[in-house]
Amino acid sequence: MAGSNPNAKPMNLTLNVWRQPNRSTEGKMVEYKVKDISPEMSFLEMLDVLNEDLLHAGTDPVAFDHDCREGICGSCDLFINGRSHGPEKGTTTCQLHMRKFSDGDTITIEPWRANAFPVNKDLSVDRSAFDRIIQAGGYVSVNTGGVPDGNEIAIPKDIADRAFEAATCIGCGACVAACKNASAMLFVSAKVSQLALLPQGKPERKTRVENMIEQMDKEGFGACSNIGSCAAECPVGISLENIAILNREYISAKATSNNLA
Amino acid sequence: MSWITKTLTSSIGRKIIMSVTGLFLCSFLVIHLVGNLQLFKHDGGAAFNAYSHFMGTNPIIRTIEWVLVLGFGFHIYEAFALTRRNKAARGHGYAQWKAEQNSEWTSRNMGILGTIILIFLIVHLYNFFWRARFAGDLPKMGGVDLETADYDNLYLAVVSSFHIWWYVLLYVAAQISLGYHLWHGFRSGFQTLGLNHRKYMPLIKYAGYVFAVVVSAGFASMPLYFFLFTNERGDVVSNAPAFIQSVASAF
Amino acid sequence: MLLDSKIPEGPLAEKWEKHKFNVKLVNPANKRKYDVIVVGTGLAGSSAAASLAELGYNVKAFTYHDSPRRAHSIAAQGGINAAKNYQNDGDSIFRLFYDTVKGGDYRAREANVYRLAQVSVSIIDQCVAQGVPFAREYGGLLANRSFGGAQVSRTFYARGQTGQQLLLGAYSALSRQVAYGKVKLYTRSEMLDLVMVDGQARGIVTRHLITGEVETHAAHAVVLATGGYGNVFYLSTNAKYCNTTAAWRAHKKGAFFANPCFTQIHPTCIPVSGDYQSKLTLMSESLRNDGRVWVPKTTEMAERVRKGEVKPQDIAETDRDYFLERKYPAFGNLVPRDVASRNAKQMCDEGRGVGSTGLAVYLDFAEIIQRIGAEGVSQKYGNLFAMYEKITDENPYERPMRIYPAVHYTMGGLWVDYNLQTTIPGLYATGECNFSDHGANRLGASALMQGLADGYFVIPYTIGDYLAATAPKPVDTQHPAFAEAKAGVEARTEQLLAIKGTRTPDQFHKALGHIMWEYCGMARNAEGLQFAKKEIQRLRKEFWSDVRVAGTGEELNQTLEKAGRVADFIELGELMVDDALARNESCGGHFREEYQTPEGEALRDDENYAYVAAWEYQGENQPEKLNKEELTFENVKLTQRSYK
Repeated sequence: MAGSNPNAKPMNLTLNVWRQPNRSTEGKMVEYKVKDISPEMSFLEMLDVLNEDLLHAGTDPVAFDHDCREGICGSCDLFINGRSHGPEKGTTTCQLHMRKFSDGDTITIEPWRANAFPVNKDLSVDRSAFDRIIQAGGYVSVNTGGVPDGNEIAIPKDIADRAFEAATCIGCGACVAACKNASAMLFVSAKVSQLALLPQGKPERKTRVENMIEQMDKEGFGACSNIGSCAAECPVGISLENIAILNREYISAKATSNNLA
Repeated sequence: MSWITKTLTSSIGRKIIMSVTGLFLCSFLVIHLVGNLQLFKHDGGAAFNAYSHFMGTNPIIRTIEWVLVLGFGFHIYEAFALTRRNKAARGHGYAQWKAEQNSEWTSRNMGILGTIILIFLIVHLYNFFWRARFAGDLPKMGGVDLETADYDNLYLAVVSSFHIWWYVLLYVAAQISLGYHLWHGFRSGFQTLGLNHRKYMPLIKYAGYVFAVVVSAGFASMPLYFFLFTNERGDVVSNAPAFIQSVASAF
Repeated sequence: MLLDSKIPEGPLAEKWEKHKFNVKLVNPANKRKYDVIVVGTGLAGSSAAASLAELGYNVKAFTYHDSPRRAHSIAAQGGINAAKNYQNDGDSIFRLFYDTVKGGDYRAREANVYRLAQVSVSIIDQCVAQGVPFAREYGGLLANRSFGGAQVSRTFYARGQTGQQLLLGAYSALSRQVAYGKVKLYTRSEMLDLVMVDGQARGIVTRHLITGEVETHAAHAVVLATGGYGNVFYLSTNAKYCNTTAAWRAHKKGAFFANPCFTQIHPTCIPVSGDYQSKLTLMSESLRNDGRVWVPKTTEMAERVRKGEVKPQDIAETDRDYFLERKYPAFGNLVPRDVASRNAKQMCDEGRGVGSTGLAVYLDFAEIIQRIGAEGVSQKYGNLFAMYEKITDENPYERPMRIYPAVHYTMGGLWVDYNLQTTIPGLYATGECNFSDHGANRLGASALMQGLADGYFVIPYTIGDYLAATAPKPVDTQHPAFAEAKAGVEARTEQLLAIKGTRTPDQFHKALGHIMWEYCGMARNAEGLQFAKKEIQRLRKEFWSDVRVAGTGEELNQTLEKAGRVADFIELGELMVDDALARNESCGGHFREEYQTPEGEALRDDENYAYVAAWEYQGENQPEKLNKEELTFENVKLTQRSYK
């Protein structure tokens, strides 16, 4: 079957891929060649080609996380040529297409690097730290049932829109990976601002930010130094403004909450 | 740990200290710069020496001085603490790292810039502050006015220092670092305090850029002016450009 | 075995209320003595796990992902239906019920669908309370959009990411219970078998995907919320990991599998671009609100378009055939999915398809761009347009999108009664994993509704009824049944690793997908199905003698995972073919070419096929037994669906 662009010429590429058998064994970069890569392929489809080749050659394929392959589940997490999710702005690895590369290119592929994200194997890392931060307070404490009608509280459209924009975070970890300090502030700020903006989030506003930041620090992420790499590399465009909101929420919570601990 | 220490040692807490001290130091820079503009006054240093005498002896200023020391102290201490923490957050680095494609150089190198400023600060403090306050080896103003005759002639010390080439070089290099430091730091301070609003952020950002350029250029202009255009007593040399001559004589 | 659907007596509108009163309750102090396993953490799983934990049960939640938030519910774009009638356009619970039964081509259970419509309103309230940022009007109230198969605006949405926002809401409720210690979360744990003790579901066997460790877990009841099996076609809009293994293992332990051949082909997907293609991407159905579907009027013109001699935007209006608007003037581009898909296929079969492969039709936004401007269109569909451009490198603001149908959802699934219990006592199935509410075709924006209805508002009542009524004895994993199931799983892993053949699991999966798509896809016939059955049996033999898996079982081994899933898909594929062969009628997503009206529409046979086909496993290599649950319709009139 021909591609949708009949002029697209297949490419030959050199890949430098991080291989590491498991968490406790040291890894290294390994060079592979892939041939006849269509520019219409997604980056992960190119890796599929590599893995089929490796499997046929009797070698263990490269492990990497992926799932929906449409940019929303947040599973894929490759550090490509020195950038989170590669060179294209606002794009997850699965939505990056090979037309962004040229024949003969050498592509370096590494896992996210942060102590809070230990490597499972090859390019797969453990991002459960994000889950633990959400568990520390990234929710509104309502049980199922017994809630008011959805239209009971009117929420101004611009507030709803801003909360939505913050809520679109896919939890991929590109922000941590791109940050010089391996800081998780953009991730945490997205959830904190979403719930701080909405009336539903108000009752737990103070405890939420206090607990989430405490957990964030416990996980060993670095501190934010307002560099902005996170927002620049975020595939869904979470804004730095959220970090300012997070800081504000934290300061006001710490200054006024009844929590003495 | 009480809630206060817990707050101030959290990652955001440390950043708040950085931000508050940083913005406080910005205000110090303004006062220091404005005061130092007296150097340009064409009166053989009288105004500058009077000003420095006032700054060195006034009890209110002397008290605020301690706040300033604390401001510097915490800013520097927290910088080291944060840098250590941030470095530790990524044990294993990347083989390829193209941060220049997603962020500004200044933002990523505040530590290096700050260190250059710190080295400068030590030399600077030793040369002027230490000698004036503790060593007491500065020349006196002398002259007929009995009240001012005993004042340190700091002006002369400054002007002569600004004729040492390496000192001028260090000074200018430090001011370039300061400029870059402020380029990021001013805006960053507001961001850390959560003072970010869609309406005002562009204003804060550009005010920060202007601040960085004006302050660093203002400080750098002093050693350059004396080194290039005056003799060792601070008089404008005859071969200075006409523009400088006319500006100098206006003050 | 007689299938008892346990539909409560009484008038339709009162059944659920009465049932809720009649179910037995577990007293609060006893709830903490019961453990419930929930497998899957998508909408149906997360909502069930959180709600059960809130009630006091000890929940163990399992996901093969690294986080519950990755489940494929997250990819649902368009919205969620609810009979709120906020728009004052004549919506009601009965109308949502009616639309859903009709949309499902009268192959769903009335009582279940009515309950779904009833609780739909509570879902919206629940999600809003959790902080789900639904789209709002300027006055601050909730906004709605219209969707295929309905003439009212009842779809609530969060731009093009409704599934994401709802899942994150359920995930947050789940996370809260994890923090309280009421849910124990097992990530990267794939269920590989069900454990039965004395005929009851009492636990599961899992493999930890990072360490490879095979573990057993015991509980008093098990809920499967493991999604659909659309990936049996290899190419589908499902996420890559979506699979049937958990459901299939349960099936082999005695849970009947219902209507496996009912698969939904979604009309608006980005067409296949090459053999390397690993998955298909959906363009939300909401695009059909404003996009107009067309192909060139003549095959000659289509040929020129395919060769790239003519640009679609340059084709004159008179040379275009807006075939949906022409054939279905009442619903136009908003006909249900099965109708839209089949018509697109028909156009391509006639040789009027576009794109270099000829397997695509246009979805054109020129008119709306002219009407409200590119900025307005971007407000509505910006993210979808951007995604389209990213994948195809074509700008949909300038030239029409190319779309083609793709497998999207499976209406079939584990057979469940009104309580969502399978034919195995203590085993429940929720969400896409069960077969219950969509009949032969699912309407847009109803999947999210059903997943959350099951998890938030049905399971918490019905599982309590089971536990209170049967008071299952405690068991732990020391019981020999667990060791036996575990040994079975380990043996299978060893077997897969030992074959060391020449073809990769992906190659087998692609081969299976090809068979399924060609012979059991958008249109099926007896001859093709019989051929497909033989092909699948052949493929299955080859798989077990020639599959190649590298590495070991004691590590992260994605090839091994894949191989296990493909093995189950092959078996399910055969059952789908059997089911399609046994159903000698056309209905919804099941279109048998032998049974169509003169105009080419699906021709149902209500006299002989108004039943749920529930297949019973009979043992390795034995034909499965067909059990029928007759469907009775007391509240809707069975008519030939017409959207004209």
